[in-house]
Amino acid sequence: MKTRVRRYHAAVWDEPVVLELGRPGSRGIEIPPLEPELGELGDAEELVAPSMRREAPPELPELSEPEVLRHYLHLSQETLGMMGVSLFGTCTMKYNPRVNEAVTAEHFVADVHPHQDGETLQGVLEIVHRLEAALCELSGMDRFVFQAGGGADAAYLHACMTRAYFAARGELEQRNEVVTSIQAHPCNAATAATAGFNVVTLPLEEDGYPSLEALRAAVSERTASLMINNPDDMGIYNPDIAEWVDVVHESGGLCFYDHANFNGVMGKIRARELGFDACMFMLHKTFGAPKAGGGPAVGAYGCSEALAAYLPGPLVSFDGDRYRLSDDGRSGIGRVREFLGNVPEIVKAYAWVRAMGGEGIDRASDLSVLANNYMEEKLLRIRGISKSHPRLTAKRLEMTRYSLEQLAADTGVTAVDVQNRMVDFGVDAFWLSHEPWLVPEPFTPEAGEMWSKEDIDYWIAVLEHVCEEAYADPEVVKTAPHRQAVHQLDPRGLDDPDRWATTWRAYRRKQAAAREG
Amino acid sequence: MTTRSISGEAHPYMGTSPAPVVAAMLEEIGVEQIDELFEQIPASHRLSRPLELPPPMRAEAELRRHLTEVLSRNDSCADHLSFLGAGCWQHYVPAVCDEIVSRSEFLTPVWGTPASDHGRNQAWFEYASQLGELLALDFVGLPVYSWGCAAGNAFRMAARLTGRGRVLIPRGLDPERAAVIRNYCATPEVRNHIELVPVAYDAGTGRLDLDDLRRKLSDDIAAVYVETPSFLGVIEADAPEIAQLARAAGAETIAGVDPISLGVLAPPGDWGADIAVGTTQPLGVHMSCGGGVGGFIATRDEERYAREYPTLQVSICDTIEPGERTFGVILFEQTSYGSRENGKDWTGNSVYLWAIANAVYMSLMGPQGFGDIGRAILARSHYAARRIGELPGVRVTWPGGFFKEFVVNVDGTGRTVGEINRALRRRRIFGGKDLSTSHPELGQSALYCVTEVHSQADLDRLVEELREVTSG
Repeated sequence: MKTRVRRYHAAVWDEPVVLELGRPGSRGIEIPPLEPELGELGDAEELVAPSMRREAPPELPELSEPEVLRHYLHLSQETLGMMGVSLFGTCTMKYNPRVNEAVTAEHFVADVHPHQDGETLQGVLEIVHRLEAALCELSGMDRFVFQAGGGADAAYLHACMTRAYFAARGELEQRNEVVTSIQAHPCNAATAATAGFNVVTLPLEEDGYPSLEALRAAVSERTASLMINNPDDMGIYNPDIAEWVDVVHESGGLCFYDHANFNGVMGKIRARELGFDACMFMLHKTFGAPKAGGGPAVGAYGCSEALAAYLPGPLVSFDGDRYRLSDDGRSGIGRVREFLGNVPEIVKAYAWVRAMGGEGIDRASDLSVLANNYMEEKLLRIRGISKSHPRLTAKRLEMTRYSLEQLAADTGVTAVDVQNRMVDFGVDAFWLSHEPWLVPEPFTPEAGEMWSKEDIDYWIAVLEHVCEEAYADPEVVKTAPHRQAVHQLDPRGLDDPDRWATTWRAYRRKQAAAREG
Repeated sequence: MTTRSISGEAHPYMGTSPAPVVAAMLEEIGVEQIDELFEQIPASHRLSRPLELPPPMRAEAELRRHLTEVLSRNDSCADHLSFLGAGCWQHYVPAVCDEIVSRSEFLTPVWGTPASDHGRNQAWFEYASQLGELLALDFVGLPVYSWGCAAGNAFRMAARLTGRGRVLIPRGLDPERAAVIRNYCATPEVRNHIELVPVAYDAGTGRLDLDDLRRKLSDDIAAVYVETPSFLGVIEADAPEIAQLARAAGAETIAGVDPISLGVLAPPGDWGADIAVGTTQPLGVHMSCGGGVGGFIATRDEERYAREYPTLQVSICDTIEPGERTFGVILFEQTSYGSRENGKDWTGNSVYLWAIANAVYMSLMGPQGFGDIGRAILARSHYAARRIGELPGVRVTWPGGFFKEFVVNVDGTGRTVGEINRALRRRRIFGGKDLSTSHPELGQSALYCVTEVHSQADLDRLVEELREVTSG
């Protein structure tokens, strides 16, 4: 039976920019008034040197409290935001249990100060300690820290650790290269470069990953670290990965496993057993903490005992009775971000691990790989869709990279057009591919373990419907969306300094200049 | 390869977990066992035993009870009176902020398209627009991880803009923030290293020592970094002159500011800052043991600055429908997403949900709210400082010219800050942040933070408890 596509339509509030709203005199919140004795101290502004007093008040909106609430509620309703089906590849869209939101909103998390004495943080420290133990079990690593504010920040943390490790050995000037692959997430190359390393990027070969020979040719006494994803975001697992680690180790380099794509291999492999010195998990992807449109997030960084001395503080320890924060602020690499980490996200990840248990985590990777292969079976039947490296017949892991090259050649409809049209049916945009696009007109869904078979079937039905439209009436797709909060963005002017405006003040100024000009 | 038995029990978080669903999907693929789907992974790579983790707590009630039990072992600033600041501050978070950021449409998704996630992009634009009004600056990026990270990015922007490799920083800088900044400036062995040169502060005022600044300014200085209020709470009354001196030396002026102060303190765009950075946490985000921190980067809307941003940012723009507006990401090509190692530093997940909390907060506050909260913090913190300074043996190091935070010295009591804070804790008070290790030149001193949440009764109670624990 063919799945029916829904008659979805987004809310259209035609909501003004908040700075266009309101009128002089309104206010959305009151500050507690000064007690009489404090009020009698005189004009508070006299306490500021005249050179540093604000002269004109900021031109912020003046609105009542319910007006502010309704404005932002309207904006939330003009956000599809995973209310339909979101299979955004590489981001592992999974359920974010609301009980964890409720618990972390309580005062014993929300109103805790990071500089409180460790004695008053026993609950947080216990959670950190327990989650660290769980991630050590999942990876085989010896220590974990949660300071990094996202996956890319954890990659940067590794680059800083690498710098410190070789500086301590007097080898940093010599070891100034980081080796990665063109399929590794861009953050690996970018964070290595920011930390001061030259980046050596290996191209893919016909099996979908760089060859061992290419790696051997790239690795030398200049190699500081390998930074690599596996499986990559095409669902391809490099079977030579353990030999890769040996090659890098033989030349004296470190190996970092970017586990952004952990969902398909949870409970199946452990980074340390493959020889890696360090790895990274994303608590906001794999471990059930919400994406939040781009953070707050946590890149949990784990490493071997040999690297542990370089970890950023503060570190949590347990003496069998009390939990302690050890921290002199200058140990290891210092900090990559202030404080212990995004504590609410750490709590949510811990809660997810407890709710799932070892068996549940293992099963989640089974189900995510099952769902991906189920999708692949059905998607490849749709006219215009092919997959990357079609000659590789082995089952992909939790993702498959597809191509709409044929559809584009036949109809002129691109992957971005299809993305724009699918949202008309309540389906969140799919992931295309990181730059550079190695596969033409790419798209990369990731089914994960959250969605039901019916959700996945609906997603497939929408894509099939849109591909059929592309052949029958390509204009409908190219001019999409038609049932969203607004129409398709006109990209002209976005990178023009005379037209771009990241603030309302810049916009008003440029509009006025355009009217006069 | 091991053959594992797959439990048929459905789990509440996993839609495909019921056994009949698994069977139907396997049938569609034409394989018997899920393990066959892992054929790419060599057997020698496979974990040969089950994961050793605690058994699942599948019942939400059981999980909630467990989490509550463990986390209740924390003390909090709700059940204690707290005077901790130093990089994370207790301000009131309006209920409307919590309501909006807990909306599923904002909480759970990842990205979307400009049309499908129009509302969120608009909220981001309103974050940047309102922060721009507070700062008197026209170009604002989406937030970065923290104030320290924003400063690190800004230092690197300045180094690229000027082709110079040294940055002047205040000697009194927050050690936590400084540790972050040092990582962004790399080490001398590698390329793009930035040398950090501390500038002394005047012992009498706590303000930057302008003579020391003049001595250290030269034609190899990329930027002068000045915070106002400083980490030690002091308002830099000479900020306009500092910016002029920097400009005369061909250096960028990078301002570090706390936006909660900008209803009463001059905005950095008005006193000559080229780049402003700072925290977003005071604007409607809970402290959450440091999980609430966030940072911003802002400049004048000039192309030379815009082309150095490492962040994503949204611009208001047109749709293909005449007269309709939307919001799109600009300058994507210069990010690490667009150009890998050739991009400007790197970007990734950040604290974009907090940008929405910040937008709601600024809309609620409006011009009057920011004026009121600035005056309230000035009045309450100065009242507290005056009364604390009257205690025997206790001295407020710089009793005037500060905002929200001030240094309290207890050398005259014969006690250490550590001893006093332990005694206060027994009385359910968190005393100020101990500075005795990070700022030994200040002796036994603590940084006290007083905000709009502290009533006169709270401050009077602090004074009385302090009197008791420092005497006798």
